[in-house]
Amino acid sequence: MPVAESESRPLSPTSVGHRPRLSHLRLLEAESIHIIREVASEFERPVMLYSIGKDSSVMLRLAQKAFCPGPIPFPLLHIDTGFKFREMLVFRDEMARSVGAELLVWRNEPAIAAGTNPIVLDTKRCCGLLKTQALLDALRHYKFDAAFGGARRDEEKSRAKERIYSFRDEAGQWDPKNQRPELWNLYNARIHPGQSIRVFPLSNWTEIDVWQYIHEEKIPVVDLYFAKERPMYVRGDALLPIEQDFVALPGEKPQSVKSRLRSLGCSPCTGAIRSDAQTIPDIIAELLSFRSSERANRVIDHDQEGSMEIKKREGYF
Amino acid sequence: MAAATLPGFSIHEFLREEREKDLLRFSTAGSVDDGKSTLIGRLLYDTQSVYEDQVRSIEGKGTTAPGQLDFALLTDGLRAEREQGITIDVAYRYFSTARRKFIIADTPGHEQYTRNMATGASTADAAVVLIDATKGVLVQSRRHAYIASLLRVRHVLVAVNKMDLVGFDEAAFRTSERDFAAVLDRIAEDTGTPVETTFVPVSALIGDNIVHRSRAMPWYGGPTLLQLLESVPASDEARFAPLRFPVQRVLRPDHTFRGFAGQIASGAVRHGDTVTIASSGRTATVNRIVTWNGDLAEAHAPLSVTLVLDQELDISRGDLIVAHDELPVLSKSIKASMVWMDQHPLDLRRRYLLKHTTRTVPAFVTSIDHRANIHTLSHEPAKTLEMNSIGVLNLSLLQPIAVDLYRANRSTGSFILIDPITNSTVAAGMITAASDRTQAATDRRSPVTAPERVARFGHRGGVLELIGPHTIIDQIERSLFDQGAITVRINHEAPSLTQPIVDAGLIALVVSATETNTLKALVETHEITVDSDDLHDAVSAVHRLLTKSGIFVSGKADHP
Ligand SMILES: Nc1nc2c(ncn2[C@@H]2O[C@H](COP(=O)(O)OP(=O)(O)O)[C@@H](O)[C@H]2O)c(=O)[nH]1
Ligand SMILES: [Mg+2]
Repeated sequence: MPVAESESRPLSPTSVGHRPRLSHLRLLEAESIHIIREVASEFERPVMLYSIGKDSSVMLRLAQKAFCPGPIPFPLLHIDTGFKFREMLVFRDEMARSVGAELLVWRNEPAIAAGTNPIVLDTKRCCGLLKTQALLDALRHYKFDAAFGGARRDEEKSRAKERIYSFRDEAGQWDPKNQRPELWNLYNARIHPGQSIRVFPLSNWTEIDVWQYIHEEKIPVVDLYFAKERPMYVRGDALLPIEQDFVALPGEKPQSVKSRLRSLGCSPCTGAIRSDAQTIPDIIAELLSFRSSERANRVIDHDQEGSMEIKKREGYF
Repeated sequence: MAAATLPGFSIHEFLREEREKDLLRFSTAGSVDDGKSTLIGRLLYDTQSVYEDQVRSIEGKGTTAPGQLDFALLTDGLRAEREQGITIDVAYRYFSTARRKFIIADTPGHEQYTRNMATGASTADAAVVLIDATKGVLVQSRRHAYIASLLRVRHVLVAVNKMDLVGFDEAAFRTSERDFAAVLDRIAEDTGTPVETTFVPVSALIGDNIVHRSRAMPWYGGPTLLQLLESVPASDEARFAPLRFPVQRVLRPDHTFRGFAGQIASGAVRHGDTVTIASSGRTATVNRIVTWNGDLAEAHAPLSVTLVLDQELDISRGDLIVAHDELPVLSKSIKASMVWMDQHPLDLRRRYLLKHTTRTVPAFVTSIDHRANIHTLSHEPAKTLEMNSIGVLNLSLLQPIAVDLYRANRSTGSFILIDPITNSTVAAGMITAASDRTQAATDRRSPVTAPERVARFGHRGGVLELIGPHTIIDQIERSLFDQGAITVRINHEAPSLTQPIVDAGLIALVVSATETNTLKALVETHEITVDSDDLHDAVSAVHRLLTKSGIFVSGKADHP
């Protein structure tokens, strides 16, 4: 498993006066750990959504930190759409084993068996079945009352509106116009039976913060984030990775392209980018020079104006 | 941000600089249409913090003239907001400069969303208050300045916006400056919190004096808004206050380790320090400060750590570990400034849950000193507080909490109130006084009255009859106990016992255990039958019954 490139020091507080001032990463870390511990202490059945990506990797490390030297007191849950990259699944199992956490995997088997895919259906309905429906089914099946997610407010405009504790009704839906006020770090954890919350411990982290933290803490991440020669279908500006069930257009042939993934989703809906970034500092340098947001390479978020908000109202993370 | 492509850029140098950056949280506030969202959008755009695809997605949309980007669309994230052109809820935004990382809470200006404004301000080090130069100081600006001051946001940067619409005229700026300075002085008098204020003339739409200096206002020689934001000191009061460490959780992975996990709310803790458990007054020595990255010799706010003490003291979630020589006040009777945030007004007869640090206790509001009138900045008498109103209230708690005054400590001086029926967060409170004597000023020789009992127990006397499986009855008894209710369990064959129990203000649980899978509960004329498969449901149904029938005081019981 690839480990973040070395040449890093532990996060050191910078000194101002006689009591050192904390760096922004240390502040974010302390806030996230506080959130994770609050939820673990105030809910009966919490679970941590583990999606294998960089944000999940950071969240998992923060959970380890929160309960160290003890184990993480809740299971991890992966919603497997059946379209995840093979490397992701291998990484997932290895990660859960090395962290010593219980890993639950949930698939919407009836939908997968019925051949649900984003080409036959549109991406919106495909996500609805394989992600949102699967997630809601899993939460209900295990009776989880709190689910941690690695979403960040800087990802997308409707995410910027999320509280740290995001309340969901019995059907898992979000009511953005009627959110609980959330003051200081006093979180109101009371819910009625059947209701649940989604919790976002990384709310205040940015994409660069996440990479910097991965770098400084040497957190393992999937190899797909690093540039390599990879076979790709080139369709206009888009680079489409070849995975199981890829449907090529007539006449299309794969080419070898030095590329990487900027965010990890389902293979049919995640475009790669041309890149030379082979280390984490390379990735950070590349991000700084980028002119588009990380979700621009995701097909799913802009099929419709406000599509993320609509999905979230329906129960998506 | 395009720096990475510049020659001479070194990523390792960049990472080193990043490590030194601190974090400033600020909120924005002002009246509807003052231009807050536009200003934030402009701040992000001019610091290269938005991506091209985000800019493309707003081109040609919005309310601005052709060719002029409507920057508000970058921040207004909800469909209803874009459609109605107003901000409904807080949007958090992130950007950084070479000096600092910033978290912005862009808060709604409309009166009905004031609670969301308080949410944004509660964690802010600074507030940017907007004034529309064409309109002058409006009531919303006052309200927001008032809340910022109440929540002790120390630095208020006042951006007098839309200077382009008043011909960049200095006199217009000075008028707004003079009017608002007078308002701020009176607010500071009222809340007791002086704020440091700086005024800047800006045009958010054009971008003048936001990041780039305005050429149209040569009469203004001061800093731009961004320069101000970069130089405002991040609040560091917490680091220099006495140690306060609310215990979130006891970690006990095996018999060799027992540690108390929490986030240091204020102050510092060192290996070997003597600390006190606020609730019991017992002391111990700090043996270890444990973190994943290794033990620390010293840690300070706001780090999250785990403390190991040298003695086996009775400590659990909700306890506060404090500096032994600077103790908080252990109190059941507090006075607080409160912002009411719920559509149901404050009900003096009802029991609320008060969450303070990691501890939650039942509480009553016993009286209202006054309500603040934001228009006149004066105090007026009030019988209740409605949504978005602010007042000074007295509370009586059923169990003591260890508090500091909000002015000395933002963490141990603040709390929220929760409605136990709806579960809503109904109010935010900032403690202004706390007495460590829990006795009310009643005549010590007179007999104890029913209202006094109600104030202490949180309920009046009554009979709750339960017929169902004993497991669920046990669960109900426990949940009442956990809420602080005083119950006496009686076998159904001895009903004559109930009267003295009810007279003493206690709840008599008259139980008959059955083998059925339904539970029947009766209080006076009210009766419910619930399926006992779902424990949660059954327990909350019984709690609702107790509220409906007025045993949990919520309507009928007299209150002092
Ligand atoms: N002329 C001018 N118009 C502005 C300026 N700032 C904002 N506006 C306009 O004022 C209106 C309200 O702005 P918005 O940012 O939505 O206000 P908010 O309600 O405070 O968030 C919009 O039509 C903006 O384009 C400014 O500096 N000059
Ligand atoms: Mg707005």
